Amino acid sequence: MSLSRRMMFGLPLLVVGVGGVGFYELLRRMQTGSYNPQAFDNPLVGHDVPDFTLTGVDGKEGFDKKLLAAQTRPVLVNFFASWCVPCAGEAPYLDRLAKSGVDIWGIAYQDKPEAIGLYLAKYGNPYARLAADPSGRTAINWGVYGVPESFLIAPGGKVVWHVAAPLVPEVIDDQLRPALRRLA
Amino acid sequence: MIPTLGNFALALALAIAVAQSVVGIAGPMLRDRQILRAAPALAIGQFVMLGLSFLALVWAGVVSDFTVRNVAEYSSSTTPLFYRITGTWGNHDGSILLWCLILSLCGATVGIFGNSIPTSLRSRVLGVLGLVSGGFMAFVIAVSNPFARIWPPPLHGAGVNPILQDPGLAVHPPILYTGYVGFSIAFAFAVAALIEGRVDAAWGRWVRPWALVSWLFLTCGICFGSLWSYYTLGWGGFWFWDPVENVALLPWLTGTALIHSAIVVEKREALKTWSVLLAIATFSLSLCGTFLVRSGLLNSVHAFSASPDQGLFILVLLALTIGGSLLLFAFRAPVLAASGVFAPVSREGALILNNIFLCIIAAVVFTGTMYPPFLALLFNRQISVGAPFYDQAVLPLTAPLILAMAVGPMLSWKRAALLPALTKLWFVAVLALVVFGAFILRGHFVAALGLAGAVWVVMGALVDLAERVRLFRIPLGQSFMRLFTIPRAAIGASLGHLGFGIAVLGIAGMSLQTHTIRVLNPGQSIDLGGYNWKLIAIKPATGPNYSARDATIEVSRNGHLVQILHPETRYFTDQKVKTVAAAIRSNGVRNLFATFAGDNNSGGGEFRFNIHPLAPEIWLGGLIMALGGAISLTDRRFRVGAPVRSRLRRPSGSATV
Repeated sequence: MSLSRRMMFGLPLLVVGVGGVGFYELLRRMQTGSYNPQAFDNPLVGHDVPDFTLTGVDGKEGFDKKLLAAQTRPVLVNFFASWCVPCAGEAPYLDRLAKSGVDIWGIAYQDKPEAIGLYLAKYGNPYARLAADPSGRTAINWGVYGVPESFLIAPGGKVVWHVAAPLVPEVIDDQLRPALRRLA
Repeated sequence: MIPTLGNFALALALAIAVAQSVVGIAGPMLRDRQILRAAPALAIGQFVMLGLSFLALVWAGVVSDFTVRNVAEYSSSTTPLFYRITGTWGNHDGSILLWCLILSLCGATVGIFGNSIPTSLRSRVLGVLGLVSGGFMAFVIAVSNPFARIWPPPLHGAGVNPILQDPGLAVHPPILYTGYVGFSIAFAFAVAALIEGRVDAAWGRWVRPWALVSWLFLTCGICFGSLWSYYTLGWGGFWFWDPVENVALLPWLTGTALIHSAIVVEKREALKTWSVLLAIATFSLSLCGTFLVRSGLLNSVHAFSASPDQGLFILVLLALTIGGSLLLFAFRAPVLAASGVFAPVSREGALILNNIFLCIIAAVVFTGTMYPPFLALLFNRQISVGAPFYDQAVLPLTAPLILAMAVGPMLSWKRAALLPALTKLWFVAVLALVVFGAFILRGHFVAALGLAGAVWVVMGALVDLAERVRLFRIPLGQSFMRLFTIPRAAIGASLGHLGFGIAVLGIAGMSLQTHTIRVLNPGQSIDLGGYNWKLIAIKPATGPNYSARDATIEVSRNGHLVQILHPETRYFTDQKVKTVAAAIRSNGVRNLFATFAGDNNSGGGEFRFNIHPLAPEIWLGGLIMALGGAISLTDRRFRVGAPVRSRLRRPSGSATV
């Protein structure tokens, strides 16, 4: 029995050993919180928001990157649409967030002004500022994957947190609030 | 009281498993006949205890004993009885207990029906099984005990996850687990053979039926899972390349390779080391399939929530089981001498080709599944590997498999000529090319390839069967009689290939699907795929523990009513979760598929309509494959058992489990 042939039989063990060490390391990082397989991260997190200028709804003022970056308090940018059912689902929680003092800026994604008006009249308007993105171009640049989707922008214009899901109480308490606390 | 007894029975089962592993592995060295006989009895005892323990857990669910945390968290007083029972294994802790129960059932089956196996080999096999099952029972008792109590108990439980409230889920996990866990027997045989240092034709004959049983259960389990996701998740897809689906596919791929390579061991005493490695790999992948998912390492829609210490315990168990057996393999495999020489073009050659491609596909799927976590580990980058990768990587690898599938069974052992086999298949090839041409002209390349492949495999299997019964060369009546006299294994193999071809037909048909998403108001209609879909009304409806919005859709063709569909959105009040119940009507060769996403403000709603050509064939094919496995199991040589122990021959039928 040649040595190389013997080594060949040990190969499966080697592969499994390396894999096992890898899995151990992953588990350890999961425990310390530095690895989360469930996270669906937007590449923007940790970077400045891309350039954009959006018009407002019904003649009101819209906003752009400069205005967003110039804020002194963190801003929650919320992409929504009147035709989106989960958006209506998160509306009461957004209202509560706004009342608790969080600045929320809304971007209506691929929507018509009259539909936006009806939607806000029905579900309430939590938005300190409201802009329309009828073509969806800005949403694409932000890497939005569907509505509703929300980004937390630190003063200076850096994206610090992102969620591609409705802002239900669990998400707000477990993720958004801690992110806001870290900024404060 | 009853849950406490269940907990006690579980502890007893663990004690028995420890005894079984010690007696089973050490027994053969003592050369004491009494001790050798103890292992089967212990295996049966372990099964009885685990069975009682599992029944106790089911009982706690049935009577809604909310002092048991497992029941409080996954059942509620409004849950229907059926789901109170199935809810027992619809969660992390309960499903692992079911897993252990099936593992002990495997041991008991070997203990009861393994009389044809030499006593010392059987003792070692049972010892290895006891070792594995003891490890996992220790896991259940230490960190994942389904009998854990809470006090004070809640008034209502949290309820079963609405998505899991489905009859399909009642059967899916037990069948899938039987498939996964069944490979533990092949694994135990492999480890026992490594300990003994001997693999011969008889070994192949003992291992193959066990591997075949697990394979057919795994095939059914994957089928049910895919069917379940097709009609429950409402996306109208049957396979999502989700990590959990992949980890079920992996042991299926290597298990399929194993049932093929074991034939070579049995007939020709070749591929011995390889088969042993495949047996170890298949069970190892099954273990990974059940447990890696639970550690939360993979990002999947199926993820169970598990605590990190459970993850670590699992990793240690996997390291001991897989690492231990591979260590044994590294040292002992060189002892297994190869024999049986054959030419590249021969039945053996074709089976090796099958093994190579199945294992490459398994490697590709494995890489795709493990790439995201390891990329995150090594380079701190997050990516997800999705369907496009798998489709592009697996498709070209399936092509040679499909090509060889029709030819292989027609080659003879040792040395064969390709030409006679090909001449039997020339008109099948012409037919496949015609199908290919017809669809490529319409611009469907993938569908054309898939359908041609399906025709090739299906017709190839039929030609193979026709050859065996000498169809049209002897009178028809005699051909029919020959169906019952040729080896059942041959019929099983043909059916297995036939089923695979039919499944490929369905998958290729699905690539031709058409769909649309539309907002409809009552009275409005749209045209899709030659059908007219008209929304009649949306009405409220109620179920046992949910309220629903039920839409009535009339599907007509050329003015004639074809079907009335009732897609629903359901709102489960306990969990505050909305699910979509698709309406599916099948006529055997195409499915009409409608989902209702929810009301809009003006009395209408958003709908998704699909037409899935040939979709039912996917699952029909899977079931035919499993049926082929079952028929193969009734083959005379498995029924009669190995010739060495003919003295212990029992009444036929009892060994066909």
